[in-house]
Amino acid sequence: MSDRPEPALLHSEDEEALRAAVRDLLTDHCDPAGVIARSESAAVHDVPLWKTLSEAMGLAGLLVPEALGGQGASHREAAVVLEELGRAVAPVPYLTSAVVATEALLACGTDDLLGDLASATTVAALAVGLHVAPGGAFASVRCEEGTLHGELTGIADASAADVLLVPADDGALYAVRAADATVVPQVSLDATRPVARVTLDGAPGRRLGDAAPAVRRALRAGAGLLASEQLGLADWLLTETVRHLKERRQFNRQLGGFQALKHRLARLWLEVAGLRAAARNAADALATGADTDVAVAVAQAHAAQVAVHAAEEALQLHGGIGMTWEHPVHLYLKRAKADSIAYGTAGSHRTSLAALVDLPAP
Amino acid sequence: MTDAAELRRRTQELLAAFPPSGTDRLDFLRARFDAGLAWVHYPEGLGGLAAPRALQAVVDAELEAAGAPGNDPRRIGIGLGMAAPTILQYGTDEQKRRLLRPLWTGEEVWCQLFSEPGAGSDLAALGTRAVRDGEDWVVSGQKVWTSSAHLARWAILIARTDPDVPKHRGITYFVCDMTDPGVEVRPLRQITGEAEFNEVFLTDVRIPDSRRLGAVGDGWRVAQTTLNNERVAIGGTPVPREGGMIGKVAATWRERPGLRTHDTHQRLLGLWVEAEVARLTGVRLRQQLAAGQPGPEGAGMKLTFARLNQEISGLEVELLGEEGLLYDDWTMRRPELVDFTGRDAGYRYLRSKGNSIEGGTSEVLLNIVAERVLGLPAEPRTDKDVAWKDLAR
Repeated sequence: MSDRPEPALLHSEDEEALRAAVRDLLTDHCDPAGVIARSESAAVHDVPLWKTLSEAMGLAGLLVPEALGGQGASHREAAVVLEELGRAVAPVPYLTSAVVATEALLACGTDDLLGDLASATTVAALAVGLHVAPGGAFASVRCEEGTLHGELTGIADASAADVLLVPADDGALYAVRAADATVVPQVSLDATRPVARVTLDGAPGRRLGDAAPAVRRALRAGAGLLASEQLGLADWLLTETVRHLKERRQFNRQLGGFQALKHRLARLWLEVAGLRAAARNAADALATGADTDVAVAVAQAHAAQVAVHAAEEALQLHGGIGMTWEHPVHLYLKRAKADSIAYGTAGSHRTSLAALVDLPAP
Repeated sequence: MTDAAELRRRTQELLAAFPPSGTDRLDFLRARFDAGLAWVHYPEGLGGLAAPRALQAVVDAELEAAGAPGNDPRRIGIGLGMAAPTILQYGTDEQKRRLLRPLWTGEEVWCQLFSEPGAGSDLAALGTRAVRDGEDWVVSGQKVWTSSAHLARWAILIARTDPDVPKHRGITYFVCDMTDPGVEVRPLRQITGEAEFNEVFLTDVRIPDSRRLGAVGDGWRVAQTTLNNERVAIGGTPVPREGGMIGKVAATWRERPGLRTHDTHQRLLGLWVEAEVARLTGVRLRQQLAAGQPGPEGAGMKLTFARLNQEISGLEVELLGEEGLLYDDWTMRRPELVDFTGRDAGYRYLRSKGNSIEGGTSEVLLNIVAERVLGLPAEPRTDKDVAWKDLAR
């Protein structure tokens, strides 16, 4: 079994500085009450926040080479941004546009769209259902005499997109202007990363390249970096729950002093420590290109369980307040649960691993 | 400042003066100790050169390349990992000079007389008594779970010297000569059939006051040095993917397709992922240590490995089906080395049950994580201000 050189699992000083900058921004401009209010408004995505992240801070172009107008950074930096966006459950199309759509375009070669995405003048969404795992089957539309026809569902952040990257039945990936498509939001479990139905009725498309390798690469990067978002969710949930149990007093004691609760939180901390290593490993593997399939599958086979468990523990240990619409823990539960399906379930990633590490099914 | 180049030069000098091919093993190890190349971060004259600890790897690589004999650290882990740092920190010059050299070369094996039948997780409640008599202490009591006691020349021992003060304050730390009259070692047979450990009965053992480590009544604090070093030693070595218990069951899976079922496949994959995540957590922990930012993950690694070892070996026994009904050998033996991944699946399953008890139970470790890492309130204490002799038992 080939082992790559030891992955770098710590955050560098530059990465910590990036984290601090993103966290400062989110602290000032993405408070939980605002996210809850926005999730029920017409403007689900936080456009001003997205503009600041992408334009002012240049974070939409982290994965795009400098020659194509991007920052020429790596998945390690993008992962740090996603950790922080996860901590805030920020309703911005970062994972879908700056990671997944960007990777699909990179797989198709150089394209002007890449520069537009990097410079944040355009938001793109890959028109593949959010539930599809890397290497999994995905739906396509019909290509008839140069125009596209059909319907695709479960497309994450499509309602924020200016351009849709659409796989067609001729095996190609097409760029379609959102203005030429009908995008109808679906009522989503996670309203902070809503999915939508995309209908094309003779929409013109510009051929970008072969769909299968582009989709595969895009979903692999999405799955690998999703683990960092899940780490952010779990880290916030653990931190907030510990804080709450230190403050909350019942039976004339701090709740956090009861051993039954201490042990649950200690176990959760262990799980989060494991996820931190696995998520960092996936980001590093995507950046170096070594051992990537295994690293991503391991991270995704593990991350959902941790993030969902953190959210479920947080809700239970907050008692009645955790069940209210006002308290933000439900934002995290819904995102964590949706993330457990996004880019393939843990089970589908375990099935991938069976082939990757030679542990075949009976 | 002793740098890598200087250490390489000194190592080559040692190799030139004592060519490994023509030198007796013990002579070479003694010469290495005297050259300060045993543990380079120790002081000069005590096997080291006061060099940065990380530079030990430079010396070890040079010696390994030259085929030099080692001191078989696994056999003398208690001496190296626990007794030595405590002697270094609290010992007198005389004690350091007498004890550290044969400890490092392995000529004198060490054991640890801490746990008692009545003091496991609550170690500070220990009841082995040491009573002052002239220049000696007279020690009586019973210790348990002592590995290597039947091989050891020396023991680190904690005993109660003052029963009239609260339990943490009345303990004193000694070095006990295991060959002295009154020391009786009996094997302690475990559920695996063998006896890795011993019970040690102490009956009026006379320990000279010159073999005390630290002040009278300060033994609990001294013991923290020992126990902290034990925790550093656990989980400190790099592990390759599929190293440890998971590699055994993965190999069985690959070699014997007839055993595979859908249920065991799903469980195997789940545990494989958990083992890989635990391995990566260990890699990250070591990178933190190397960067001078020791993380709290160390406290958690043992918890994870105990649980995984138990679950993985349990799966393996079940996977084996009819063969899982068998056991390799119940004969009472006294293994010198313990290998959690050794022997067959049944042995691994039974032995790993001890992983969540030895070196701190999982329940106590969860308290430690909750209190020291997460800052949650400590357990209510009813024993802090009560004299040891008045404690419930």
